[in-house]
Amino acid sequence: MNLSMEAAVNNDKQKDRRRPGREGLSPLACTVFALVTVFTFVLCICLGSVNIPAGKIFSTFASAVSGSASADQTEYAILLTVRLPRVLCVALTGASLALSGAAMQGLLRNPLADGSTLGVSSGASLGAVIAMAFGAIVPGLPASGTMIMAMLSAFLSMMIIIVLAYKIDYSLSTNTIILIGIIYSMFMNSIISLILTMVPDKIKNITFWTMGSLAGSSMKNAAVLAAALLVCGTVILRYADELNAFSIDETNAANIGVSVKKVRLVILIMVSVLIGICVSTGGTIAFVGLVTPHIVRIITGPNHRKLLPAVLFTGAVFLMLADLLARMIFRPRELPIGVITSFVGAVVFVFIFYRSRSRRA
Amino acid sequence: MKTLLQVQDLCVSYGRTHIVEDVSFSLDEGQWLMLVGPNGAGKSTIVKAVMQDTEYSGDVLYRGKNVRGIRPGERARYIGALSQNYSVGFAYTVGEVVRLGRYAYGKGLFRSSAPDSHVENALRLTGMTELADHSVLQLSGGELQRTFLAQVFAQDPKILILDEPTNHLDLIYQKQVFSLITDWLRQPGRAAISVVHDLSLARAYGTEALLLDKGRIAAQGPVRKVLSSEYLDGVYGMDVCRWMGQMLGQWN
Repeated sequence: MNLSMEAAVNNDKQKDRRRPGREGLSPLACTVFALVTVFTFVLCICLGSVNIPAGKIFSTFASAVSGSASADQTEYAILLTVRLPRVLCVALTGASLALSGAAMQGLLRNPLADGSTLGVSSGASLGAVIAMAFGAIVPGLPASGTMIMAMLSAFLSMMIIIVLAYKIDYSLSTNTIILIGIIYSMFMNSIISLILTMVPDKIKNITFWTMGSLAGSSMKNAAVLAAALLVCGTVILRYADELNAFSIDETNAANIGVSVKKVRLVILIMVSVLIGICVSTGGTIAFVGLVTPHIVRIITGPNHRKLLPAVLFTGAVFLMLADLLARMIFRPRELPIGVITSFVGAVVFVFIFYRSRSRRA
Repeated sequence: MKTLLQVQDLCVSYGRTHIVEDVSFSLDEGQWLMLVGPNGAGKSTIVKAVMQDTEYSGDVLYRGKNVRGIRPGERARYIGALSQNYSVGFAYTVGEVVRLGRYAYGKGLFRSSAPDSHVENALRLTGMTELADHSVLQLSGGELQRTFLAQVFAQDPKILILDEPTNHLDLIYQKQVFSLITDWLRQPGRAAISVVHDLSLARAYGTEALLLDKGRIAAQGPVRKVLSSEYLDGVYGMDVCRWMGQMLGQWN
C-alpha cells in the first residue's frame, strides 16, 4: 500500500460526492415524508366525532382565508377553533418529542433513552403540577408559569439522572439508564401524589392532564410549540454530526474535534426545553421519543443528518394517528392520547430491549 | 528537524494519588515515540493529558503554542488519536465513521465540508474501500480498528497518538496497523506517539522511547538505547532481555 494521500487529494472529487452518508435526506425522501405528513394532517382534520368531507374542509378554509361568511357556522367552529389547533399541537408535539428522543439516544448512545424512560417527562410533570397546584405565575406572563416550571424541572431532572447514572455506571449502560429512569419516575410520581392530596379541588383536572391530552389546545399553544420547535429543532439539527460522533463513541467524538462538554450541555438544554413545553401543553405523552427514532432508523439508518429531519415528520405523523385513534375508538368519548402511545410504546420497548439483550448475548 | 510537540513538567493526580510526576519530553518531525513501562506507570495518562482528556499541571505545546488554549476543532487538525478498542452502538457504515474524521474541517452553520478525497484515500490506504457500505456492527475487531485508523488518517493530523492500538488484535492486524503508521509517518511534518506493552513491537517500529516507572521517567532517548537491559531490568524487576530472548529462541 503506498501513501500518496496528499498527491491524490485533488483527483477524485466526483467519487467523493457518492460517498455513503455524505448528505442528509434526499429531496425525494423529503417530499415523500412531507406528503405523508400533509395527508395525515388533512385526514385528522376530516375525521372525528363529526366527519367532515375534504371538499367541505377546503371550502371552509378558503372562506375563512378570504373572509367571506359563506361557511357553515358549525363546521367553521369545529374546524378552525377545535380541530385545527388541536391537530397542529399534536403534530408539533409529536415532532418535538421524537426529535428529543432521537437526540437523547444519540447523545447517550442508548436506543432506549427517551424523556419517558429516563424519567425526564415525570420530572417536567412535577414542575407543571407544582405550578398548577400552587398557581406559580411569572409576572407579566400569567400563562407561562406552567411552561417555565416544566422546562426547569425537566432540565434539573435530566442533570440529576445523568449525574446519578455516571456515578453508578460510567458507561451509561442500558440497564442503568432504565433502572434510574424507573426509580426517578416513581419518586417524581410519589411527590405528585403528595401534592395532589394538598389540593383536593384540583385533583380531577391535574390527574386527567397527567394522562396526556391535547384536547382543548389553542392556536396560542400551537404558536408556542412551533416557536420552540423552530429554535430548538434548528439547534439540534445543526448538531447532527456531533450526535453521530457521540453515538459512535464519546472519546472518539473528542478526538475528532467535537467540543464534548459544550455540545452535551446545549443538546440537554434544547431537549429539556422541548420536553418541558410539550409536557406543559399536553401532559405526559410517553414513548413517542422512543418509538419514532427506532422506526425511522430502519428506513434511514442511524446517521443523524438523515435521521433527525425524518423523525420530525414521522413523530408528527405517529402522534397525529395516535390522537385520531384516541378520538375515534370510543367516539364520541375520547381516550387520553397518552394511553394509545403508551400501549404502542410498551410493546416496541419490550421488542427493542429483547433485541438489544439477545444481540449482546 | 522541527519540534512538533513539547511536554513540560507534566503532573497528573487523581485525588492524593500522583499518577504522573514531572514528565518532560519533546517530539520532532518524523519521530515515533514509544511510551513503555509496566501497568500503572502512567503511559495512558500522559496520552490523556496531551489529548486534554484529563486535568493536569505543566504545559503541552504544539509548535510552541499551548494546546490548552486551542479549540477542540482546531486541535483535531494537529493531533489525532486512535484508542485501543471501540464499541459502536448503532449500525453506522464504515464510510460514515471514516467521514467523521473530516469533522474538524466542516464550515458554516451546519458544518458542511467541501468534497475532498481524504476519505477515499484513507479507506484505500487501510484496505477498507470494499467494506465502505458495510455496517460497523458486522466487522471483526481488526476491521473495526482499521476503520478508526482510516478515520484518523482522513482527519489528517500532524501528530498521531496511539493508545495500545493493537491490544486486542491478532498478529496479522498488528503488523498491518504498524506498517500503515510507518508509511503515514514518511510524509513530512508528521510524528507519532504510541503506548505499547509489547517491547519487541516498540523496538521494531519506534525511533524514540520513554520508559516510565510509577509515573516518573526512568529513561528516555533513542529506542534501542532505552529498551535495553540497562534500564528495563530495573523497571520491570526481571531480566527482560534474557526472558524475551528465551521466548523468541523457542521459535528457532
